[in-house]
Amino acid sequence: MARSAGPVAALVVLALIAIPVGAVIRTAGGIAGLGAADWAALRFTVWQALVSAALSVGLAIPVARALARRRFRGRSALITLLGAPFVLPVIVAVMGLLAIFGRAGLVNTVLGGLGLPPVSIYGAHGVILAHVFFNLPLAVRMLLHGWLAIPAERFRVAAQLGQPVGRLLEWPMLRRAVPGAFAVIFLVCTTSFAVALILGGGPQATTLELAIYQAVRFEFDLRGAASLALVQLGVCAVALGALLLVDVPDALGAGLDRTVARWDGAVSRDAAMLAAAALFLALPMGAILLSGVPGLAQMPGSVLLAALRSLAVALLSTGLCMALALAIVTHGRGWSRAVAVVPLSVTALVLGTGLFIVVFPFVRPASVALPVTALMNALFALPFAVRILAAARDDAEAQFGRLADGLALRGWARMRVLILPRIRRPLGFAAGLAAALSMGDLGVITLFASGGQETLPLAMFRLMGAYQTEAASGAALLLVTLSLGLFWLFDRGGRIGAET
Amino acid sequence: MALKLESISIALGGFDLAADLSVETGRFVALLGPSGSGKTTALNAIAGFVPLSAGTLRWAGARIDDLPPAERPVAMLFQDNNLFPHLDVARNLALALTTRARASAEETRRVEDALARVGLGGMGRRMPGTLSGGQQSRAALARVLLQDKPVVLLDEPFAALGPGQRRDMMALCRDVLGGAGRTVLFVSHDPEDAAQADAICVVTEGQVSRPRPVAEVLDDPSGPLRAYLGK
Amino acid sequence: MKTPLSVIAGLLATPVVAQDNVLTVYTYDSFVTEWGPGPVIEEAFEETCDCDLQFEAAGDGAALLSRLQLEGPRTEADIVLGLDTNLTAAARETSLFAEHGITPDLDLPVDWTDDHFLPFDWGYFAFVGNAKDPAPDSLRALADSDISIVIQDPRSSTPGLGLLMWVKTAYGDAAGALWEDLSDNIVTVTPGWSEAYGLFLEGEADAVLSYTTSPAYHLIAEEDDSKVAWAFDEGHYMQVEVAGKVAGTDVPDLADQFMAFMLTEDFQSAIPTTNWMYPAVVPAGGLPDGFETLIEPDKALLLSPQEAAAKRDAALEEWRAALAR
Repeated sequence: MARSAGPVAALVVLALIAIPVGAVIRTAGGIAGLGAADWAALRFTVWQALVSAALSVGLAIPVARALARRRFRGRSALITLLGAPFVLPVIVAVMGLLAIFGRAGLVNTVLGGLGLPPVSIYGAHGVILAHVFFNLPLAVRMLLHGWLAIPAERFRVAAQLGQPVGRLLEWPMLRRAVPGAFAVIFLVCTTSFAVALILGGGPQATTLELAIYQAVRFEFDLRGAASLALVQLGVCAVALGALLLVDVPDALGAGLDRTVARWDGAVSRDAAMLAAAALFLALPMGAILLSGVPGLAQMPGSVLLAALRSLAVALLSTGLCMALALAIVTHGRGWSRAVAVVPLSVTALVLGTGLFIVVFPFVRPASVALPVTALMNALFALPFAVRILAAARDDAEAQFGRLADGLALRGWARMRVLILPRIRRPLGFAAGLAAALSMGDLGVITLFASGGQETLPLAMFRLMGAYQTEAASGAALLLVTLSLGLFWLFDRGGRIGAET
Repeated sequence: MALKLESISIALGGFDLAADLSVETGRFVALLGPSGSGKTTALNAIAGFVPLSAGTLRWAGARIDDLPPAERPVAMLFQDNNLFPHLDVARNLALALTTRARASAEETRRVEDALARVGLGGMGRRMPGTLSGGQQSRAALARVLLQDKPVVLLDEPFAALGPGQRRDMMALCRDVLGGAGRTVLFVSHDPEDAAQADAICVVTEGQVSRPRPVAEVLDDPSGPLRAYLGK
Repeated sequence: MKTPLSVIAGLLATPVVAQDNVLTVYTYDSFVTEWGPGPVIEEAFEETCDCDLQFEAAGDGAALLSRLQLEGPRTEADIVLGLDTNLTAAARETSLFAEHGITPDLDLPVDWTDDHFLPFDWGYFAFVGNAKDPAPDSLRALADSDISIVIQDPRSSTPGLGLLMWVKTAYGDAAGALWEDLSDNIVTVTPGWSEAYGLFLEGEADAVLSYTTSPAYHLIAEEDDSKVAWAFDEGHYMQVEVAGKVAGTDVPDLADQFMAFMLTEDFQSAIPTTNWMYPAVVPAGGLPDGFETLIEPDKALLLSPQEAAAKRDAALEEWRAALAR
């Protein structure tokens, strides 16, 4: 692996974004100014993303702390469950949430039984609830890594000195970990579309992403789409700039010891936090399971083929994503790593349209539908992979870099001997996330695929559009199972041998 | 007064450790044994980081195994990570005195005193990362002085230092801790370090022996310790 | 022996297409599923044409048109099937379509004079609710009631746009006021038909915007007569789904043959119970059992493509202003 691999990978990422966006602008013949509705969409987009990110991270702090300091039966299962909502296809997750919080959902049934008035999930609070459902687990996982990175001796020193762990250890860790988690979730929420519209209750909940969808798919207004895409990139740039301003260097150093036994905090409060979080996440998942089981038998054979296709796409996408991410975190400087976050704020629709324009003169778009989907999925998972791997790789280098230098370990040997073994856990997590994200993605494929190339999410969506609600629920269950299965396999693989 | 380990046993994932012994106040005692024999575990149990599965810990006759770490009469130095890297040296030391963010004038004076006693006078504003390994060990030792606990546990905090510096640190420990009448238990796998102790507890085969005279242990080791020492 | 890699490669690859005698038809997603008309029609047409009919699915009607515009004159499409009259004005402007040259004999409640696009099926938009609930008899009555409904966003969905035109055609300048009164009935607005219908089936609303033919699906395919469409006094806006021949087709004769085939018995008889719409030409045997139970609006509303295109932006603005409060 050459020293230039990082910058090269970053440039590849930039090119994969800039070329399609450029192609859209070129085809459109320029960009258009923003109308009043676009400004309103921008305001709503930024507002709901800020609130969603703040709540997700705010609630994640006590949950992650409870997970970090408590050991209990099912802890490992809970950590796996934490990966689940984030990788669910949006429409599946929304149906799961509605089964709990909807008009005819569990909560309102219970309230009705108690003679209380129903609560409505529709409105800005519904959008935020859904975004918290998607992103709270991600925030918990990110912060949990922060907690586990604090060396156990530090907790012992603090316990000996009778010092508050919160101020002495957790605050500095959080100050470092929270801005990153916040920024990632903020960016994820800025590209929300279906959640915002379905739960937002109407046009007041219009996001930039919906405006782009409308421009591309409904009006074929590429000018409008291009300018809106640039606005999204602008939001991303501002968020990243702000992140650089508040980013504080790693102050706590590396910890190997995963036994974060603690001598503070009330068990009951932690238990309550964990139980609440687990219920909040597990109930909608349970609803998806229940509604999907009867549909399993009704799925046509083509769904199974689509599932195999999706698995292949997911594996290819994971491989691509890990290769890019490792190159960037190993050899990339600050700017390479910053570039890796950019895909978060480009919409699949504009990127897909641009790619379509680029490849159309050369090949039948349908003939490259699946490889292109894998590549795009790798791109969209990259920001998470890089964030997750960067810290672990830096820790490994800080601790053993000089040792490796002394042994003249360079390139692939250094990767194999030092980096990969030291970052196994985060690598497994990142790969699981990439695989599951790819599995559930319904983005570019809709633009490229023709008859025989359905992926599982597309097959599910087409079933829904053909009155086949039950079969669609079955396909959704299959999708969730496969996504989680892949996630679990990779994540588990990373955790074998490392104490959780 | 004495530190008493009354028929204690510790179960740690298939590994059991037993001890039944007493250390008199003011003694400087080494725990000697091969790696993995359970020396660190024994100290962690005394400090309260590992639960006892049986037996009782007493200091001066009072039971202490049911107390949280901070309330035990015990201060411990670990192999590593004794200083918080995001706090300067003075602030790291002040943690022994106060939980407030800012130390009082009196506390600041005591911190400076302690630093001077370990040879780090005037270095309070330095960040731990800018100190040498030996200086970091001294700073950590200074904090133990400020903690004002009668029992001090040293888990090879000087293992990363060169032989000369390590001897100096051991001497400094004897000087400042012994001078203050502290009871010290320190872990060692090096007979040369252990030779500086008042007595040695041999840790082998899941058993911590009673303190025995240094010469007796080192000149005539028995069983597995003989093999370990190569005699 | 196959290695895992070759299996993955096999799954990712696409079969090579023989270029001779292939008729490529772009259509919307639900047309080509196992339950859609696609498979039946493909078989029937291939029996008569000695050719290979290939459907290429591209989202919904609006997405179809975007796809075609993106590809321009170099498109591989020979036929585009699944646009509706809200889209045909824009489709015509692209100059990508040729005249069909057919004088059709159609069973449509309105006259058909378009020389570029031929209808293959049609339906009335309607609110579909549960039979056990009281049914309002007009848009006005619905707006004045406290019945909850789910609708689709006119900016991203064809039925959503249909409702927008329905209200505009029925109420003209008073459309904005009707939307304001409707706004407290609307539980939520979804991006497309599938999500809205799903929400309704899950019990999230009393009714959903769909078609008068939707209850036929539940009745015939599921033997469930609990769903009904509500007949409204103002009349019902129509959706007429059309197909057009792409001007640049490399198999013009085959394309013509398909356009003609589209109005024959073999094609049309598949429509009612696969696409759940009314056939453009009623088959000799009449409509399937169950269709006689459907409501038949007294008044069919439909704007001409030009009018629809002209009124759309203002109507959208009215809709947004009324609902965004």
